[in-house]
Parts: sequence; structure tokens; C-alpha cells
Amino acid sequence: MLLKRLTRRAPAPTLPRTLDRREFLKRSGIAAGGAGLAATLPFNLIERAEGETPAAAVGKAELKHTICPHCAVGCSIDATVENGVWTRQNPVFDSPINLGAHCAKGAAARETTNSDRRLKYPMKLENGRYRRLSWDQALDEISAKLLELRKASGPDAVYWIGSSKHCNEQAYLLRKFVSLWGTNNCDHQARICHSTTVAGVANTFGYGAMTNSFNDMLNTKAMLFIGSNAAEAHPVSMQMVLHAKENGARMIVVDPRFTRTAAKAHHHIAIRPGTDIPFVWGVLRTIFENRWEDAKFIAARVHGMEDVRREVAQWTPQRVEAVTGVKPADVRLVAETLAKNRPSTVVWCMGITQHTVGSANVRALSILQLALGNIGVSGGGTNIFRGHDNVQGATDVGPNADSLPAYYGLTEAAWRHWAGVWGLSYDWIQGRFASKELMEKPGMTISRWIDGVLEKSDAIDQGSNLRAVFYWGHAPNSQTRGLDMAEAMKKLDLLVVIDPYPSATAAMAAMERTDGVYLLPAATQFESHGSVTNSNRSLQWREQVVAPVFESRKDHTIMAQLAQRLGFGAELTKNFQMQGDEPVIEDILREINRGALTIGYSGQSPERLKLHMLNKHTFNARTLRAEGGPCDGEYYGLPWPCWGTPELKHPGTPLLYDESKSVAQGGLPFRANWGIEHNGQSMLAADGSATAGSEITTGYPQFDSVLLKKLGWWSELTPAEQASAQGKSWSTDVSGGIIRVAIKHGCAPFGNARARCVVWNFPDPVPVHREPLYSSRPDLVKQYPTYDDKKTFWRLPTLYRSIQQAADYSAKFPLVMTSGRLVEYEGGGDESRSNIWLAELQQEMFCDIHPADANDRGVKPHDYIWVATPAGARIKVRARVTRSVGRGVVFLPYHFAGWWQGKDIRDKYPEGAVPYVSGEAANTAWTYGYDAVTMMQETKTSLCQITRA
Amino acid sequence: MARMRFLCDAERCIDCNACAVACKNENEVPWGINRRRVVTLNEGVPGEKSISVACMHCTDAPCIAVCPVSCIYQTPEGVVLHNKDVCIGCGYCFYACPFGAPQFPQTSAFGVRGKMDKCTFCAGGPEKDMSEAEFKKYGRNRLAEGKLPLCAEMCSTKALLAGDGDVLADIMRTRAAARGGSMELNGWATAYGAAGTKESR
Repeated sequence: MLLKRLTRRAPAPTLPRTLDRREFLKRSGIAAGGAGLAATLPFNLIERAEGETPAAAVGKAELKHTICPHCAVGCSIDATVENGVWTRQNPVFDSPINLGAHCAKGAAARETTNSDRRLKYPMKLENGRYRRLSWDQALDEISAKLLELRKASGPDAVYWIGSSKHCNEQAYLLRKFVSLWGTNNCDHQARICHSTTVAGVANTFGYGAMTNSFNDMLNTKAMLFIGSNAAEAHPVSMQMVLHAKENGARMIVVDPRFTRTAAKAHHHIAIRPGTDIPFVWGVLRTIFENRWEDAKFIAARVHGMEDVRREVAQWTPQRVEAVTGVKPADVRLVAETLAKNRPSTVVWCMGITQHTVGSANVRALSILQLALGNIGVSGGGTNIFRGHDNVQGATDVGPNADSLPAYYGLTEAAWRHWAGVWGLSYDWIQGRFASKELMEKPGMTISRWIDGVLEKSDAIDQGSNLRAVFYWGHAPNSQTRGLDMAEAMKKLDLLVVIDPYPSATAAMAAMERTDGVYLLPAATQFESHGSVTNSNRSLQWREQVVAPVFESRKDHTIMAQLAQRLGFGAELTKNFQMQGDEPVIEDILREINRGALTIGYSGQSPERLKLHMLNKHTFNARTLRAEGGPCDGEYYGLPWPCWGTPELKHPGTPLLYDESKSVAQGGLPFRANWGIEHNGQSMLAADGSATAGSEITTGYPQFDSVLLKKLGWWSELTPAEQASAQGKSWSTDVSGGIIRVAIKHGCAPFGNARARCVVWNFPDPVPVHREPLYSSRPDLVKQYPTYDDKKTFWRLPTLYRSIQQAADYSAKFPLVMTSGRLVEYEGGGDESRSNIWLAELQQEMFCDIHPADANDRGVKPHDYIWVATPAGARIKVRARVTRSVGRGVVFLPYHFAGWWQGKDIRDKYPEGAVPYVSGEAANTAWTYGYDAVTMMQETKTSLCQITRA
Repeated sequence: MARMRFLCDAERCIDCNACAVACKNENEVPWGINRRRVVTLNEGVPGEKSISVACMHCTDAPCIAVCPVSCIYQTPEGVVLHNKDVCIGCGYCFYACPFGAPQFPQTSAFGVRGKMDKCTFCAGGPEKDMSEAEFKKYGRNRLAEGKLPLCAEMCSTKALLAGDGDVLADIMRTRAAARGGSMELNGWATAYGAAGTKESR
């Protein structure tokens, strides 16, 4: 982005005064060693090394291999470490994912461990000021309070917000931790980034993930980016995208804004925010009209396309234009480009997912790709770019409110499966919960915890309101309704922030209250190790670069220490070796391997992953397959599903649902997850449709012990496997025997079915258009109203129609408001705004506004403006007058914090930990609105009015 | 001997600023000094192009011609460097440079008296190669280490290239051949008329 008004001087020390590192070390007494060895160090290191050098490491330069902590592309980073300090960052040309490339954030990674704006030691809010205290005291006080709240209000009164920044092992351990505490009230960033994708795609194809890979985009002939600004949100993916374009692929960007990605496309098509379904249906109608659909593919592998055909028939080009603003010629252009340049791929991100109709949007695009026969082929697929370094992994095995690790759900069978893996008694775990009912009921979501505090207690579908909240690696300003959040923070009994940076949570809380807040310094991804899953399902292994800086501790260590004090430490770490208080990461991954069979997280042992990292150069950057070397034939990072035990040596699955390969070689049909038939129609694949080499050449259901016996394959299990598999299915037989035998016969353990166009368990079985709650077109609201209000939805009353129909908001708030990312920052931004190299690049929060809208309001470039919304909030930001937004649309980046409705609240941060750059959080002013399946927040379509400040 | 060049492929540059940050990271360049920056033209409208700009290490460098104390010089590889001990911080090179490359810090290890600072092509300065003194005044000497400038090595889309001009030319020729002559290419409209380009909205 282009604001970039650079001041020549670094920001002045904020109040309270910021300590530089040297002074901090002097005062804090953390320095160990010191003057004697300083003389031997290179000049630029003296200052840093004083505090951090273990004497033994002096003079040794080491190379550590790690993975970028920002988006889910998963770029490799090599770190040179001298004397315990990260001194140089080297490009990794060997990585098939990034080939040495970085964006600004990746290139700035080294500063993460060196920034002096970190939270340095545990702190506690006392009389309105953050004061230092010891780890022991902090953990003792927090756990005593938690036990008190548990006694008074039950385990569900505590809400645990985990993180997509945790590695798989930490994310998994947190879900286990929360389960043993006795609640499902936990969540993480995926809720508010791709939860609708996961739900929508999983309910269509079988798995909730990107089907192909960044690298596979080299094989595409046409790309549709819709609601994705990859050039800013996933810049390194553009390496593959632009390469594909140079080799002849067509590229179309559909977005309300003319983004950096649009600037690289052949065509940019502006769309009215919140009208993706009419647009996609218009494209699909054109495809059907011209008989461009892949009839053979549909007949063999798809269910319910006829219902879609009926729905899209009404979306004539004229009607599409009236609703979306897209011209008939452009609709035809998209249809023709995708149809005549196959394999073609669709890329989407938050522009599709963050809507009240997010999961319906996702399904419309999935259906489009099914109609074109673009699923399961190289160069095709739904390439869903995920946003955080381990958001895919945390979704797969981490703290999700509606499922135990690996999408097992919360049924009794799921609990029994994991109790077995954990070596704990089911009854003991059930005793930890308030009731069996609450044990099997999805918890509240991160997007709604504020209502868990504020809502009347008799309207909540659990025993008590929320009384304590943990922000464990999550920003507050990435969630909407900031005013309500501040109110909720005020009402809490306890708020705990565990983060490398104190984050805006600390400042917001200190704005509202004078005590009851604890800040615990967590180590960053560079100060710990473990596996992370990138967007294309590849698991990569991070080595620890440096020891945790200042007094920070690793997240899994904190979990173990807290569990110890809460009385379930022994249960939590039963299967792990301990190094002091730190559970051994490799052992946690082995436990995941044993339990996470549903999605094939079972073959990726720590040893195999480490071998991949050491042999990156042997993997082909187009196919991700190793050619020769110790990983010969395997796919990079063993993209899940990597079936069976590690000993089975499954190579990973590079493309989901690709029938051209055998299952043993990474092939896959669609998953049989919705029964054998529905309304008299078969849900299984047609005769002749099966993966290469399959001994069953027609559709078949999921494998279990009964099917195995029917097929006469039971005897192929070893006696030990038979003992484990008896009465179990492929996903609960922890011996892996059923999986092994199914694959031996060329079959997919999860069956061979049809993809679903009709998802009968969703509010709209076939996606239909529904206007946003805050619509700019009241005339269309009558024709395309939103859903009815829901009385209990993820334990909370949730409003739709009553908000949409309460008023014609567009009269008072005539501008459509949308939000998104900048390349320099990520998420809530406290980490990246504390990185001096990134902070310098974007120094002010701003709002993009079209010249005509600016002129109508007397706003000139770089003026301060007030952005007021129907939420009753207003924020003060700079005007960036630009034609990248159309007339009537404004855009806000959401990475800023530290201002609150025009007021500077930097003095509310703990001393010495204010980010270099502050500004208004877009979400302070953002309005109500949640997806009708997953509770995803609506952040892409709302309304506002702008005045000159 | 190789003749070092930078080349930024405007068809690929996405204004991600990796180059600017890589430079800061590798050379410990302080806030306010921007040896490299990304410039975007026609922002927000069709035809938008971004390009990463730093010292271009000109063959007949105007800064060398005008420097009153002759502190700027060219290495055999064609890299334009300068001697901060001799530099008087007058800013005449800033006048002469067609790219706005010279930077003038107020205070810092890079130029306590406001001496000029600029991109060194990651080739350090007149001090001993890879010495502390060189690093302190000029940043890393990656060329002496057998490496190329980090800005180009870390470029997200391989838009920014650095190295021997002949090799760069080969790379660009390959890309140009793949792309073919097309209205979509930058500069096409300028060269062959504006037919087919969209009006700005």
C-alpha cells in the first residue's frame, strides 16, 4: 500500500518512557556475563550480547532452519546465530515453497527476537498500572482465581482464546488442556479467517482445506482471484502466480478494490461488497447456457448439480448487474476464461469468508469448480490461501470450540477415542465437565466471547456467563464490535494475556479497569520448535533459533505449569517426557500421530519431517515431489492426509481428490461422509470412478471392521491390529490396520463418494443471495432478506433479520465500508508494529476514499477524518484519497491499535512495550454480523459516514 | 569481469517492500534512511506499476562527476561506493542523482555529521573487506562473501534482480520471450500508441 509518508525520525519515546535494551538490561538485572566477553564481539552485537550470551556459546556461529511466523505460505528462513543472538537472516533458495523469496514481513523476521518492545516479564494490573511480578506469583494467583471461579460458576465460565501462531504441538496441547479443564469454550484465529471455508469446503468435498498448492498454480491455465489480495496478504505466492501468468495463464481479479493483485491481472472486475453469490451464479448460468460444464465429471463424481442449475437460472446477466454492479460482458468474460482455459483455479480469502453468508459464498465457488470439473486436477482446485503461519494446523488439531483435534467432533465416540489416545479414563474427563450435555455441545466462538460476558445469563445456553478470558496469542482488535469488547473486558473477573507482545488487549483492559489483568510473556516461534502446517497442508519443522528472550517462556511450558497448578498436570503430560517443566515437543507430535487419523496427521513423525527439512533441495518446486535423495517420491512436508503410521511411508497427498494417482501414491476420491444415499439418490461415486489401481472400481463407503470382513480382507490384519480394529472404523482404529489394508487394495480409507452441491445441513442447502445486515441497497433487502434470528447458536442468541430490518442505515451511513490487510503488518499488528523495519513503512492508520466522495465531504488528501458507523462508534484516521476504491466504497486496514475513538491510549500499555506505530483499530467501529453456520464475523460489508475531523 | 547491475521487472514487482526491509536487516540501516524504496505509478488504476529503486550504480555516474571532495568511486565490478571519512555531507550528489539515491542521516552510526549514505550493492566501502569498521560505516560486504545484494535475493517475486548485467539480460530475455509482445506489457502503449488501454476510472 502506498501511504508511506515517512517521518525522518524514529518515533519519540512514548509516555511512560521506553527503555532501550541496554538500559533495560541494566535496570532489570537480567544481564548475565557481560563486559568481559563484550570486547570480543563484532561491534554491532555488543549491545545485544551483553544480556543474552550464554558464556559457552561465545564465538560460535550456528545456522538454524525455521519457518516465517506470518502468513500460511510457509517460507523457509535460515538464521545465523552467534553467541546466542540471531545476527543474520539468509534466504533459503532450497525451499520449494519460497525459493528464497520473502515479503516485507518475512524479510523483517530477525527483528522479532531483537525488538525491545516485547513484553519482558510477567506483569499485573494494580491500581491502573502494570507492575512486574514473578512467574511463580503470577501463575499462583491466576490459578487460584481460576479454581475459585470454577467452584463458583463451573468450568464453562472461563474462555480460552488460543492461537494460530502456536505450532501444531502447542495448539493441540491447548485443546487437550481445555478439554481436561472441562469446557469447549476455546477458539483461535481460524474462526474469524477461514472457518466458513473449512465448513463450506468440508461439507462439499470432504476435507476443509486448500485442495492444491501454491506450487501447483504453475500448472494452471486460468486463475480467478475473488476476495483475495494475494499481493499484499500472501506476497510470496505471487511468485508462482506471476510465473504461471508469464507462461500463458489468464488472470482475473474480482474485488471491490483495485488492489496490488488486480494491478497484475489481465482483468479487474469491481463488485459491490457482499454480492458474491449472484456473481458466481451469473458465471455458472453462462457456463450451463453454453454447455461448458464437465458433464462426465458431474455424472461420475457430483451430487445435486440439478438443484444448482435451477437456482442459477434466475441470475440472468441483467439481474446480476442490478445486484452486483458487474456488467454482463464481464460475467461472460469470467465464464469463458475459466471454461476455455482448463484446468482453471479459483483463489479466495477473507473477501469471500468474512460475511454473514460466508459459508454459502464458499460453497458457490466450490460448486463452480465442480461444474467445470476442476477439482482433483493439477492446475485446478480451490486454492484457499490461509492467513497465519499455522492456522491450518491449529484448525486441524488445535483449540476449536466444536471439535476435538482432527475434526472428530464432540460426540461421546470422539471423546472416547481421544481419551484412549491420552491414556485417560473417559469417565474422569466427563467428570471434569459441568455435564455430559455441555461436554458434547460446541462452545462459544472467539467472535462472540464478548456476548458470553454481556448477554443476560438466562439467554445463554450454558450455566454461567463468562467470567475469565485468556488471550493466548491472539489480538483483540481483529474482532469486531470494539465498543462492546471494552464493555465486556470491564465486566470480567480475570483477564490473562499470554503473548510475546502485551498487545492491544493490555491497553484496552487498562482503559476500562484498574486490576484483575495479568500479562505473561510468551516466547515467539523463533524461540521454540515444532511443526507448522502451511496452507497447502505441508508440515514443516521449525528449529529453535534462540533461547526465549527476556523472561519469556514457551507456550507449551506455560500450559504444563498452569495445568500443574490447576490439578491436571499429570494427566495433561502423561504420554510426554519432560525436560523440567517443558513437555518434549516430539512426544506431543507422536501423540497427534497416534490419534489424528481422520485427516492423516498420522504419518508425519518428527523424524520424517526433520528429514524433509534437511533435504529441501531434493524437492521439485513444480510438483513438490522429491526426486532422489532420502525422501525420494515423497511430497514436501508430507501434505495431509499422510495415511497410516510413519512406517507405512505414505508420501503425502499433494492434490486432494485426484483420482489419477493411487491412494498409496497420494491419490484420493471424494470422501464418503454423508451416508450412502440421500432422497433416493446415491451419494457414492459412479461405476468406473475410482482412484488409479483401486480394486473396487465403483463408489464405496468408509472402511470399518464390518466392511473389511465383508470384503474378506479382515484376515490381512495382524492379530494385534485385529484386536484394535474390532468394532472400529478407519478413523478410530488406532493401530492403523484398517487404513493399511484399505490402501493396500488401492482404496481410500474414507470411502469413495460424490461431492455435494446440496448441503442439507446448512441453512441454505443451495446457496442463495442474501443482502448484508447493513446493506447499501434497502430496495434489495426486501427481495433478498437475511436469515431469521437464532435463539441459541453456539450457545448464544444471534441476530439477523431484526438488525437488518431495524432501520434503513444507508440513509445516515451512505458509504459501504470494507476492511483488509496491508503487506507490512499482520493481524492485530502489535507484533509487526513493534518491528522497527516494518513500522517505518506504514506509520499511520488511514481510510481509502474515492476522490468524488472526498470532495463531497470537503476532505482533502491526508486530512484527518472521522469514520462513524451504525455501531455508535467513530474513529479518527487519515484520508487516503485514491481511485483504488470505487465511488461509494471506503476501505480500512485493520492492523492498528493504540488510539481509541480519537484518543491516544498509548499510556495504557505497560512501560517500554508500546509499538512504534499506533492508530485507530478499524474494528473499534465495526458492526454486528455473523455467518449462519460458523459464527464468522462480517468484516467485509458494512456502512459508515465520513466527515472531516 | 562481471559488471554489476540492478534490474527491476515492473511486470512482477508487487510493492511488497521485502527489498527495502531486507536492506535494513542486512545492513542495520536506521529509521529514516532508505537506501531502497518501492515507487508505485498510477496507483489504484489500470496501468498501475511498481518498481524498486536504489542507487543504480551508473557507469558514468553523475554523483562521481560532481562530488567536490571526490569521495565517490567505482569498483572494477561497476559498483559505485564512497568514502564516508572524506565525505563532507554537502548533498551535491543528491542534486546530481537521477534516482534520489543519496540519503542524509541526522545522527547515527551511518553518518554522525550528516554524511551521505546510499546503497552499496552490498559491497561495503573502502575499509578492509568484511571488517567491523566497514560494517559499521557501510553495512555488509556480501560481494566479498560471494553473495549478491540481499534485496534481490529476498525479492518475493524475483522482480528485483541483481548481478552481472549479462546474466540479468539473459533472464529478462527469457521472460520477455515467454510473455510475448502484448498490450498488457508496461511501455507497450507508450511505444505503440494507447489503443486498447483502459481509461482511468
